[in-house]
Amino acid sequence: MISRQLIHTFFSVLLLLGMALSLAAHAEDSADASQAKQLLEALDVRSYDAKGEAIKQLAQSDLPQKGEWLEALRDGRLQRQKDGGRFVIVESDQGREWPIKDAISGEELGTATRRDLDKVRINNQLRSQLQGLAATADLDSPDTGRREAAAKRLIGEVDETTADSVAVRLEQETDGDVKARLRTALGLYRLEQGEADAIDTLRGSLDPAVRNALRPIAAGDGPLADEARTALNGIEQKLKFNRWLQTLYFGISMGSVLVLAAIGLAITFGVMGVINMAHGELIMLGAYTTFVIQQLLPGQPGLALGLSIPAGFLVAAAFGIAIERGVIRFLKGRPLETLLATFGISLILQQLVRSVFSPLNRSVVTPDWLQGSLVINDALALTLNRLAVIVFCLIVFTALMIIMRRTRLGLEVRAVTQNRTMARAMGVKAARVDILTFGLGSGIAGLAGVALSQLTNVGPNMGQSYIIDSFMVVVFGGVGNLWGTLVAGMSLGIVNQVIEPWAGAVLAKILVLAFIILFIQKRPRGLFPQKGRAAE
Amino acid sequence: MSQHRTLRKALLGLSLSIVFPFAANAADDTIKVGILHSLSGTMAISESTLKDEMLMLIDEQNEKGGLLGKKLEPVVVDPASNWPLFAEKARQLLSQDHVAAIFGNWTSASRKAVLPVVEELNGLLFYPVQYEGEESSQNVFYTGAAPNQQAIPAVDYLMNEVGVKRWVLAGTDYVYPRTTNKILEAYLKQHGVADADIMINYTPFGHSDWQSIVAQIKRFGSQGKKTAVVSTINGDANVPFYKELANQNVDAADIPVMAFSVGEQELSGIDTGPLVGHLAAWNYFQSVDNDANYDFIDAWRAYKKDDNVVTNDPMEAHYIGFNMWVEAVKKAGTTDVDAVKDAIIGVSVPNLSGGAATMMPNHHITKPVMIGEIQDDGQFDVVWQTPSTVAGDAWSDYLPGSKDLISDWRKPLSCGNLNVETMKCGGADVGK
Repeated sequence: MISRQLIHTFFSVLLLLGMALSLAAHAEDSADASQAKQLLEALDVRSYDAKGEAIKQLAQSDLPQKGEWLEALRDGRLQRQKDGGRFVIVESDQGREWPIKDAISGEELGTATRRDLDKVRINNQLRSQLQGLAATADLDSPDTGRREAAAKRLIGEVDETTADSVAVRLEQETDGDVKARLRTALGLYRLEQGEADAIDTLRGSLDPAVRNALRPIAAGDGPLADEARTALNGIEQKLKFNRWLQTLYFGISMGSVLVLAAIGLAITFGVMGVINMAHGELIMLGAYTTFVIQQLLPGQPGLALGLSIPAGFLVAAAFGIAIERGVIRFLKGRPLETLLATFGISLILQQLVRSVFSPLNRSVVTPDWLQGSLVINDALALTLNRLAVIVFCLIVFTALMIIMRRTRLGLEVRAVTQNRTMARAMGVKAARVDILTFGLGSGIAGLAGVALSQLTNVGPNMGQSYIIDSFMVVVFGGVGNLWGTLVAGMSLGIVNQVIEPWAGAVLAKILVLAFIILFIQKRPRGLFPQKGRAAE
Repeated sequence: MSQHRTLRKALLGLSLSIVFPFAANAADDTIKVGILHSLSGTMAISESTLKDEMLMLIDEQNEKGGLLGKKLEPVVVDPASNWPLFAEKARQLLSQDHVAAIFGNWTSASRKAVLPVVEELNGLLFYPVQYEGEESSQNVFYTGAAPNQQAIPAVDYLMNEVGVKRWVLAGTDYVYPRTTNKILEAYLKQHGVADADIMINYTPFGHSDWQSIVAQIKRFGSQGKKTAVVSTINGDANVPFYKELANQNVDAADIPVMAFSVGEQELSGIDTGPLVGHLAAWNYFQSVDNDANYDFIDAWRAYKKDDNVVTNDPMEAHYIGFNMWVEAVKKAGTTDVDAVKDAIIGVSVPNLSGGAATMMPNHHITKPVMIGEIQDDGQFDVVWQTPSTVAGDAWSDYLPGSKDLISDWRKPLSCGNLNVETMKCGGADVGK
């Protein structure tokens, strides 16, 4: 019996103890929660200085959630519900409905829209403060990209307190790129300490911090200065080569824009001989098609862009055919009237867009995979949107070449332009060929518009900025010659980008124009004149 | 038959009143207000908004009972972004329509074209856009910012708060950026910035290929000193500029861009995600937390029947300018130009950021200066603000030709360019 009583007592005591313990734990929990709440409240104030202080305090605290909070704050994902004032973390801000969770408890709260939430805002100083805080933590990240970014941020920031830990990190690191960054960071620190052999580790590094560190040393005297000078020379050589490559890339990119804009004109003006001043507006229509399709497919800019390629072609081609049927065919052989009439059409189309879409520029979203750049090294990065335009330009050009050379339509187009009467006598329907050719040229202008929407403004005036350049490229390349258009566009782009850095954008444009005027004086038929029967 | 004729007459009258809505009630019981903003051409993107805003303000005033017991009547003309046409339309407004005041213009080039006309015909022009200064006319009231109300405080902010040591002054190639950059260059040099630390770059209107310029800016900014870009790039060219900045990974934390011509409206054409943190200096932002501002935004959205339209700084300038003119007319008891010109000096009206704007004797107004950082929703977050309002200065203190000049249109002085060294009035020739 005693034993039973004993057990009973024992259990009651245990129960009591358990209750007390759980109560204490609960108290601790709520203490944590209130501290967490306090730290978050401190972040949500107007003054940025106070926010900076709050971030410092949060970083020094030992809250388990602090890493997540700081990251969310940096990315603008730490927000506050408008009613209730609960702090939440937006887990993904893609689309309209954002999944959110409670910042303190981590509890999932379903979704919310932009309108329900107030963002905890930060400014530039706070952003760099947060990035600095993240750098040390990111070095442990399993993601190589993060580690590399963190290591890059360390360059120039290593001091005696962190040097050893960076050295240890360098030992452990497996990824080559991250290693190189860490080595540079450490090398810079050792160079500051006056260690001559540190220069060896810095040789060939393109990081600007390295150049800035070596430059004052190289200006001095002594063996260290000589060493630094040779290292600096090596870097400058490498840099020069990279810059040269970059200019070439810029040139090709600008050239591909010119070619895209001009190649439709090369068909309508070059092959058919129609001076179409509304060509720029057909480009604009292609760009607006992209805008409309993106509006129809919200949250899927990539898919919308893909669909815009055929849609832009069709819309511009339809307008082109309407212009051809409605106006141009009545003005055959009267270039001056055609010029004036199509100029009028261009004004009508501009004002039409202004009335339908408003005179303001429309925002076309660039999909994520076309943003940013392909980083080759510290001095050379290829911007992705322009890379895509170059590739697109080459594809369009190849497709057009195939159509003109290998298809029945191409054959008929060439036949009609060489000798209309003879072609008709052979049974070619000249009027139909006219429609299709003009539609093709216009459709390609639409494609150019789709591509340009990723680079520049989509607005009622966008066509005007390309019409002059387009005519320039076609005339320079040789009217009626598609290869000429490609070569002319590319070479004008490269020449422009080579001149621009030292002459300025305004003068570069003038110089290119003056060059073309002189060139046309000497060779009125352009780079690649038509020869033989096709010439007349 | 006669019934038929009256019907026809009525129909004719109806169609006439549709075609000429203003001709019908153009009686003496209205006060005409001219609106001179481009509704077509390149500047329509910016100016058409201001036309709509003026119509809204006039509507509101009429609902309040008009002015001096008369209704206000807007006269809208379209100068089509064509500078000489601005002068012609201004002449038409003043000599044919006999408007009491003109609200209009955007570019400095168009203002310079209109200037001789309003002076010759003694009109009143309210100009709502930030401009380069170095001008003072007794017929023009400058409700936008002078350089000391935008450019100089912005540079001060970058120098003192951000610690910028190297400067890129990038602008579109026309009179406003060139004069502003001249003032800024002189100002920076006075503050000990070396020649090598200033890079100046001009680009044509509508420039779209920014690759090599952004690369150049990056290179200029990688010399170890904190670098910032002060941008007077105009309107359209900003979209490709900012896109290129984002794609070449120019982060606002490394090289911030401070813009003087980029407002909420310009940003509505850009995905601002990658631009967060870049700066703009204005005297008003739509995000300003103030009831007067919220009322204005609500009224504007209701007027446009669109919940997403934005407001911007030149709109606030027109709001202030229009209210000042109304107050001055009330004070003078007449719309006579000379009486209003005298009465308006010293008039103070509320602005949209919770303070007041006062018309100074030099025909410029007092404004607070704000620095905003771009947010990912296309709005600005105000990160810095002058403690009090700043009075506009027509003649810059940092240019050798103009630092001794002041402007004071009060009687008996009435001089737009008084040289305080020689105490001589330069007359009409200086500054043109």
